[in-house]
Amino acid sequence: MAETKKITFSQATLEAMQEEMERDDTVFVMGEDIARQGGIFGQFKGLPDSFGSDRVRDTPITETAIVGAAVGAALAGMRPIADMHFADFMLVCGDEIYNQMAKVHYMFGGQKTVPMVLRAPDGLINQAAAQHSQSLEAIFQHIPGLKVVAPSNPADAKGLLKSAIRDDNPVIYFEHKALFNTKGDVPVEEYFTPIGKADIVTEGSDLTVVSYSNCLQTVAKPVAEMAEKEGISVELIDLRTISPIDKDAILESVAKTSRLAIIHEAVKQGGVGGEIAAIVAEEGLDYLDAPIMRFGSPFTPVPFARPLEQAYRLKPEAILEGIKRMF
Amino acid sequence: MCAKAILKEPTIPVKDYDRDLLIELYRKMVSIRLFEQKVEHHFLAGDIPGFVHLYIGEEGIGTGVMANLTKEDYIESTHRGHGHTIAKGADLNRMMAEIFGKKTGYCKGKGGSMHIADFSVGMLGANGIVGGGYTLAVGAALASKLREDGRISVVFFGDGASNRGTFHEALNMAAAWKLPVLFVCENNEWASTTPYLTTTSVADIADRAQGYGIPGYMVDGNDVLSVYETSKEVVDYIRSGNGPVLLECKTYRIKGHFVGDPEKYRTKEEVQEVFDNNNPINRFEEKVLEAGVLSREDLDAVYVEVETAIEEAVRYALESPEPDPSELFDDLYV
Ligand SMILES: Cc1ncc(C[n+]2csc(CCOP(=O)(O)OP(=O)(O)O)c2C)c(N)n1
Repeated sequence: MAETKKITFSQATLEAMQEEMERDDTVFVMGEDIARQGGIFGQFKGLPDSFGSDRVRDTPITETAIVGAAVGAALAGMRPIADMHFADFMLVCGDEIYNQMAKVHYMFGGQKTVPMVLRAPDGLINQAAAQHSQSLEAIFQHIPGLKVVAPSNPADAKGLLKSAIRDDNPVIYFEHKALFNTKGDVPVEEYFTPIGKADIVTEGSDLTVVSYSNCLQTVAKPVAEMAEKEGISVELIDLRTISPIDKDAILESVAKTSRLAIIHEAVKQGGVGGEIAAIVAEEGLDYLDAPIMRFGSPFTPVPFARPLEQAYRLKPEAILEGIKRMF
Repeated sequence: MCAKAILKEPTIPVKDYDRDLLIELYRKMVSIRLFEQKVEHHFLAGDIPGFVHLYIGEEGIGTGVMANLTKEDYIESTHRGHGHTIAKGADLNRMMAEIFGKKTGYCKGKGGSMHIADFSVGMLGANGIVGGGYTLAVGAALASKLREDGRISVVFFGDGASNRGTFHEALNMAAAWKLPVLFVCENNEWASTTPYLTTTSVADIADRAQGYGIPGYMVDGNDVLSVYETSKEVVDYIRSGNGPVLLECKTYRIKGHFVGDPEKYRTKEEVQEVFDNNNPINRFEEKVLEAGVLSREDLDAVYVEVETAIEEAVRYALESPEPDPSELFDDLYV
């Protein structure tokens, strides 16, 4: 087995940036509070020491201009990484993401690529309330031209970020805020996690569970473990890339297990789970022995008060009950 | 105190201009005019689909500014972008083909009139989103600053677009970082059907430069030599590392907002008056003839040459194949 070391998710993303910035001087980073402060989750700490404050650049509070400037710099031959501070703020620059970043390559007939990465810390952390907690991947999955990834562990965080930086397409890199301090084994040798490939976390024979990001660790894994105790053998898939989605991995697994559950932290309505369910309904209905089940957050903004937030959070026990009904 | 933006007047006598430069300016303006007349004709004949916004009457601006740029400099254009693209040196055939939706067009028929780009001449694309280009130009300028490649970026926009939030974000970012960007406002007095003074808090958009601590200038946009001289000065200033400038060029929108616009919001007389008395091509002709630097024959020779090139562009576009439906997914991802 390749040699590994235990580092945090945040450290893993820093290593990815460090390695790619050393290799390629067209890579630079900009965002609010990333240089002097090192990023609000420490994910940029030390980077300006290696590359200076031109290449690790504190911006004004101006999301629209940050993303637009990243697109423009990419058009001029750079490989920018723009940090969104909180994923929620991506909604400020809808035009720059939807109409510019995603469209330029196609609309201009492939004349120019837009090799940029948007780092977007997303997801629920304690009592951050409605505007600092969202999981927005579904709305970006809906845009042709973008790639969207969401790692669940430090190894993939590093491998996917390196792949995203080298990808000639625009990539949105969702990183769950609760993951930044989590630790995991990361290969010491250079490696890449391919964009567009899901990971089979555990093999199983009775039920396919598809999940991703922090929810995979904190909800789907405990659910799978509890299910195993109940005699249900779970094949757990970490989607890793939200778009383009790894259809083959999902369909192959469902062909084997005949049952599918999708678990994500984003609200269930209009979520990535709906897309996966639809793919399987269209292309793998014959494999199924039970209706597909989707588990996502309730269809409300994220509430602030603790009891409400608790009520909002996905509960492995409730999901297990749902899953048992599939048998 | 509120300092007014400076109104720049021409200073160089016409007779002191280089002949070749004058011929080039004329060639560009006439190319834009004749190109667009053909586009208008073929749109009305039903050969061109989609939306077409004409630059007729505003030729002096793109022409005057671009004469100070190199092929390596970047520009960001607007929905009214044919003129900028021609002035930056794009190929007329491929432009026309794109407008006709042909496979041989710049964007293989995926863009159309509002989305022409030619990266080989630094034209980073026309934007169908009003105010969409500012921040992209700032980013291209940031790339130039990081690489120290000496290029500048120019973004063109209308008076209407100057009310978008992106204008303010881009000006601030460019000014805070002293980026090599020229912001060129083409104030043609109309934003679609709305006269600009009814929606804009200042009479002169260039005054807004004050709020960002950068120079703001105004110029008669229908005098190509004024535009040329002033943009020469500001391009030099920007290239020397002094940061961005806001240049407002006063002009007037001769044509409807788009081809087919019924124009119920203004009178034909109002438009005719400007076209007769303040048309950048006619004004240029009068000036150079009066100064005796170019003769009627010189001008006619250019005109005829351009006419031939435009005929050829139309022929090329008409005879080019449409894209094949199988190309739908091409260029979605790299
Ligand atoms: C964000 C956005 N809002 C509205 C429109 C519709 N629209 C297209 S052009 C235009 C007027 C633009 O006026 P101005 O910026 O002055 O440019 P002009 O057309 O006069 O050259 C409008 C409202 C658009 N394309 N994009």
